[in-house]
Amino acid sequence: MSLEEYKGVFIFAQQVDNEISSIALELLGKAKNLAEDLDEKKVTAVLLGSGVKGLVDELAQYGADRVIVVDDPALKDYRTEPYTHALASVIDEFKPEILLVGATAIGRDLGPRVSSRVHTGLTADCTSLEIGDFPINPVPNQEQKHKQLLMTRPAFGGNTIATIACPDFRPQMATVRPGVMQKIDPIKGAKAEVVEFNPGFEENNCYTEIVKIVKEATSVADIQAAKILVSGGRGVGSAENFKLLDDLAEVLNGTVSCSRAVVDSGWKPKDLQVGQTGKTVRPALYFAIGISGAIQHVAGMEESDIIIAINKDENAPIFDVADYGVVGDLNKILPVLTKKIKEALANK
Amino acid sequence: MKIVVCVKQVPDTKGGVKFKPDGTLDRGAMLAIMNPDDKAGLEAALRLKDQYGAEVTVLTMGLPKAEAVLREAFAMGADKGILVTDRVLGGADTWATSSTIAGAIRNLEYDLIITGRQAIDGDTAQVGPQISEHLNLPVISYAEEIKVDEKAKTVEVKRQFEDRYHIVKAKMPCLVTALSELNEPRYMTPGGIFDAFEKEVTVWGRADLKDVDDSNLGLKGSPTQIAKASDKVKKGQGEKVVLDSADEAVEYLMGKLVEKHIV
Repeated sequence: MSLEEYKGVFIFAQQVDNEISSIALELLGKAKNLAEDLDEKKVTAVLLGSGVKGLVDELAQYGADRVIVVDDPALKDYRTEPYTHALASVIDEFKPEILLVGATAIGRDLGPRVSSRVHTGLTADCTSLEIGDFPINPVPNQEQKHKQLLMTRPAFGGNTIATIACPDFRPQMATVRPGVMQKIDPIKGAKAEVVEFNPGFEENNCYTEIVKIVKEATSVADIQAAKILVSGGRGVGSAENFKLLDDLAEVLNGTVSCSRAVVDSGWKPKDLQVGQTGKTVRPALYFAIGISGAIQHVAGMEESDIIIAINKDENAPIFDVADYGVVGDLNKILPVLTKKIKEALANK
Repeated sequence: MKIVVCVKQVPDTKGGVKFKPDGTLDRGAMLAIMNPDDKAGLEAALRLKDQYGAEVTVLTMGLPKAEAVLREAFAMGADKGILVTDRVLGGADTWATSSTIAGAIRNLEYDLIITGRQAIDGDTAQVGPQISEHLNLPVISYAEEIKVDEKAKTVEVKRQFEDRYHIVKAKMPCLVTALSELNEPRYMTPGGIFDAFEKEVTVWGRADLKDVDDSNLGLKGSPTQIAKASDKVKKGQGEKVVLDSADEAVEYLMGKLVEKHIV
């Protein structure tokens, strides 16, 4: 493999039911930064699906300079084999230096299968990506390579952070946690160069059959999009008592989220769970109410701009990450706080 | 039916995490358990065994002490146990790990391979799909339910996504990655524990791996390399106040919310 042949920053533009997933737009935002650091002019989105050409403009508005479209009936709904074939074929043909994939239920299946097929490294669930030297500091008798992708990810349930490089193989592949990278403000009327490509699809033993697709209730709010999150933990005490959090969220125009303990107790659906096994969030304001602050929870919310914790246990680890912590009884504090905020907003 | 279950011995992440000076994990210094998703995968295999009379082979790669998870698997009801262990396999990333495990599985007969979705130490979810690619098998990740049609030689899996699930059918042989939500793993039985220490563990080294090049094994065969590893640095501590009354607490919080232009 001649590494120099591999050029450009590519992202996998995930779509489901012919709607671009938010993660694709987040990856475009990050890819733009990386491309600048590499003195690359173009960011390329790889769009796979059936009847998806209409989605190109949206990708352009969020920063794609070029969109490679593989449009084939075999790609209608996500199946590992045809998607792997499509993406691996794009890699063979267009030779990206970097390929970013969302760490979604699709990307965490597609990424590893593709990386095996093209024989390159893949770093999972990254939370930070930058261009730098590897090794980071010069090591005697080892070539220090420049302009490498340095991929940072939490491991060990958030207890550790590792930065990974892939110096000798291309593309450098990473899956990236949803909700971590920033989209750019859409550029109205932006257009991308469109390249249609079809490697041909032939069924083989690896093809699976989708017998049924069942969409589950999606009436729940998107906690990754919320600017203010009012998050509750086991300390809230019951499903009914979340009313106190609902009320606070309502006056602040925020959204209610929760910790894993709350999901395990059946008080709230999993879609509202913040943390290592839930979602990563970075709102402007995060209320941690009755949340003790296990490392797995903290890993999903510590990037929030402001963290306010209310907990009756003075030693709860949540106070270690909170900007403002109040030791006290949430049942007494929340109703009064909600009322005061309501009054303050009414007087504005 | 023959089922191979891949399990990993992992440090319990609830305890402390330790490193060697070179930035790699010091697994020897940490408490070890069977990875939860893998245990769910084993339970799924044992339920298929209860239903159809399958033979369940459990395979693990790791240090010699990883034998403990095979003993645990025997005690739950597994039939055979294989430990793949060799110095040259150490320091492997997911590519080299999956190449190794695929090399071991090539020696076995199987209809179904089950792995856990991900291990709690690395959390990558990569090794299962990568093994399937090396063995040229269909893969269904994120399984919440597994059904087998022995006559048709197919599996039907409830495959989880964020906002939906698919019922996916694949021809056997195939590989399925299991979520811990799949089931409640059974406890070891007293008879099983007795058997666990009677049964023999097969130990394989580098020479027993089939059709794998040295360049795909261990640290040297790993495309990804660690640039830096460290314990997480905690964010600087903010303020913490203990106030006598709810009114005072609210007054404090209102002050902050006004200061930050939220209210």
